[in-house]
Amino acid sequence: MAQTRPFFPQLKWRALMSSNTTLTLGFCILAFFIAAALLAPLVAPFDPILQDASARLQAPTLLHPFGTDNFGRDVLSRVIWGVRIDLQIALLGVLFPMIIGTILGTVAGFLGGIVDTILMRIIDIVLAFPFLVLMLSIITILGPGLASFYIAMALVGWVSYARLVRAQILVLKTMDFAVAAQSLGYSRLRIMFRHLLPNALTGSIVFAMSDVILVLLNGAAISYLGLGVQPPAAEWGIMVAEGQGFITQAWWITFFPGFAIVCLALGFSLLGDALGDMWEAEV
Amino acid sequence: MLGRYRFVLFRPFQLLPVMFGISVVTFILVRLIPGDPARVLLGARSTPTALAKIRAQYGLDEPMITQYFYFLKNLVHGEMGRSTLYKIDVLKLIATRIEPTLMLVFFAVLLSLVIAVPLAALSARKQGQWPDHFARIAVTAGLGFPQFWLGVMLIILFAVSLNWLPVSGYGKSFEDKALHLVLPCLTIALSLSSVITRSLRAAMISGLNSDIATAARARGVSENTVFWRHVVPNALVPTINLLAVNIGWLIGGTVVVESVFALPGMGQLLVRGIFSRDYMVVQGVAMVFAVATLLINFLADILTVALDPRVKF
Repeated sequence: MAQTRPFFPQLKWRALMSSNTTLTLGFCILAFFIAAALLAPLVAPFDPILQDASARLQAPTLLHPFGTDNFGRDVLSRVIWGVRIDLQIALLGVLFPMIIGTILGTVAGFLGGIVDTILMRIIDIVLAFPFLVLMLSIITILGPGLASFYIAMALVGWVSYARLVRAQILVLKTMDFAVAAQSLGYSRLRIMFRHLLPNALTGSIVFAMSDVILVLLNGAAISYLGLGVQPPAAEWGIMVAEGQGFITQAWWITFFPGFAIVCLALGFSLLGDALGDMWEAEV
Repeated sequence: MLGRYRFVLFRPFQLLPVMFGISVVTFILVRLIPGDPARVLLGARSTPTALAKIRAQYGLDEPMITQYFYFLKNLVHGEMGRSTLYKIDVLKLIATRIEPTLMLVFFAVLLSLVIAVPLAALSARKQGQWPDHFARIAVTAGLGFPQFWLGVMLIILFAVSLNWLPVSGYGKSFEDKALHLVLPCLTIALSLSSVITRSLRAAMISGLNSDIATAARARGVSENTVFWRHVVPNALVPTINLLAVNIGWLIGGTVVVESVFALPGMGQLLVRGIFSRDYMVVQGVAMVFAVATLLINFLADILTVALDPRVKF
């Protein structure tokens, strides 16, 4: 078959789509962003919040590769500093719900009975609300800001993890190793957190890899709406919102921060797909 | 007698506890807001006697449980309080804002199917070849597009540069409204179609390998007919469920997109409500959205049963 179609691009595509390449590519993109976040003070050519009235709304040039915004701030520098905030939003925003959801899911799945029933009903109720709507309602009470975002994220986001982990624990607790641990007289806490939870963790982490994209997009969207990170911070969602007033004169203010989100999300997505495939192959 | 449709009768009763939960959550959310509602209501006129009078009038001096039952009683009568900003009943206010949101969701779903079905078909039929790779890369990238940014980019391209469509807002006449809805619908459809294409492709591939398809091929049915008559309709059934599962995400999308395009729908009402601390509006919109989510999932279940004779609930 290979001889009938010695078509070079096709071979390249196939190699590119194979899990290993996906993993490498995703990893490289993420490493690039993490490096940018760590080295922001070194690699950013300008101060991200320094205003320069003489350099307002300049189109991309060699000096300002991404142009300047309405305050004369360098868009490239703001995008680079933005990695710090947006990467933090994505990672912390996924971490808190994951921890809470995994623990609650383990407890509910293991104990069963009334605890399980109550928790499942709470999950039904939280899931009945559109995700963003419930988050925004909680942020209304707490007031805008990054801390409110994390709290709202934790309060709303844990349900998916709890559901996932609970389903796994229900299977795991009937397995021989769990029964053996029980017959050895180990405490319930020890069985739950030393024996069952570590086995359910992989599924939780794989799910987190796809969830992190949604968290990133939601976090940026909430900042875009003006309810998350507050100006003058260099955050991509805010930058798009600020640039929207100047779309007739300066497309670059809105284009580059959004493009950065797309690239970061792509990195997470490739890495998540590859890890998901590996996990499925294992299961 | 109802057979497979029996769940239509008892499902609403199963949903009652969730409805009850929704009302408790929204009630608690509003009570958690810092500040004395009586003081907020009176503003500068808040003398001790006036405060006491208002508290007694709205039942604010009674225990939480009693207050909740008042809240529930009003809810049953269709009263969700008054908007402090617009000075009218929240339910009436929502009724005036429902049209753009409904249109947006409906046409966005339609448009995303128009995009997703051919893309998934191409991908599934050319599995492993470059159209498939192209579609999969498009889907992977598409999942990471922030809707607010995509919206602004479409405005720059189609409204500012090409001048084909209006930048933002909503029209008066039907054609004017339709023109204003094109870009918002496209924004949601582009990201929604990534989600749909992914599942449609998988369903189509398994359909192409199914016994139904093999049997049809054995009867001498052409590959095109096998695909469009047998594979596609079966692949669309799980898509209905996928749309229902994603309805919450879709509503979140309309909240953002309505803000991007200044569409006067429920999402914009919610965001404005948050900024103006119009709590009754936030509570009302959140509740209407939650009930809508439940209803749509219920309808999707009925539709699935109607379309697929094998499904039982």
